[in-house]
Amino acid sequence: MDALLFFLFAAIAVGCAINLVLQTHPISSALSLVGVMGSLAVLYLLLGGEFIAAVQLIVYAGAIMVLFIFVIMLLNAGAEKKPTRNILRAAVALPLLFTLLAIGAFLVASQTPSTDVVKFGSFLVGGHEIGRALFTTYLLPFEATSILILIAILGAIVLARKEI
Amino acid sequence: MPELPIALPAHVPLSWYLILSVILFVVGAAGFLLRRNIITVFMCIELMLNAVNLTFIAFSHQLKQVDGHIYSFFVMVVAAAEAAVGLAIILTVFKNRSTLEVDEVSSMKL
Repeated sequence: MDALLFFLFAAIAVGCAINLVLQTHPISSALSLVGVMGSLAVLYLLLGGEFIAAVQLIVYAGAIMVLFIFVIMLLNAGAEKKPTRNILRAAVALPLLFTLLAIGAFLVASQTPSTDVVKFGSFLVGGHEIGRALFTTYLLPFEATSILILIAILGAIVLARKEI
Repeated sequence: MPELPIALPAHVPLSWYLILSVILFVVGAAGFLLRRNIITVFMCIELMLNAVNLTFIAFSHQLKQVDGHIYSFFVMVVAAAEAAVGLAIILTVFKNRSTLEVDEVSSMKL
């Protein structure tokens, strides 16, 4: 059952990711990205991350994607015009990317023993463990993150003013 | 549950999660390099961040430690901040140049 769910949602994730890159209209890309994020949330659940799966759905698939779609609709962004110089770019980039994929897959396959299996339920992380770690070991990064978000809010307000 | 025609393993090895993460990262990098719409480029960055998050969660499960979840939580927070500022920059760029093509905004001065 674990393997079935993994294959199903891994296939959805990869399919949606490829669709994201291939679609010319930004709204289609955004909806594909929502699909990737939803299936990744299921994979997080399979890996025992209850809290992070919920955060993935609420923050990523909810808040950030709504922001993206809002901006796409605000700018009235249409489909990309026909690419002109893309052939040369693809001829250089795609072999390099396949090399990166091959090297990454080879390193993963050679470094991790295949006896390590992911058993659902052998390690569960809920909000309790996350909160305990966040407010004891990682208290300073947590506070620094709050300052980062404050700066981001101020930066967004400054950039959205009329006279820039 | 009906019997499947091919024999599936009951559990998935850890390396398959990592290889899925590599695939998602490379697809995101391909979109980052090949697409010209600035919003799509931005979404490909989010895809790469998600791929790295999957690696963190997988290793956290393997090592039976909670730290990977904390790291991916921080990645999500930073991605949210980055999305807010980045989309504000995109709005400003579009207001000043009325284009979303990355090739046409290659110079910083108007």
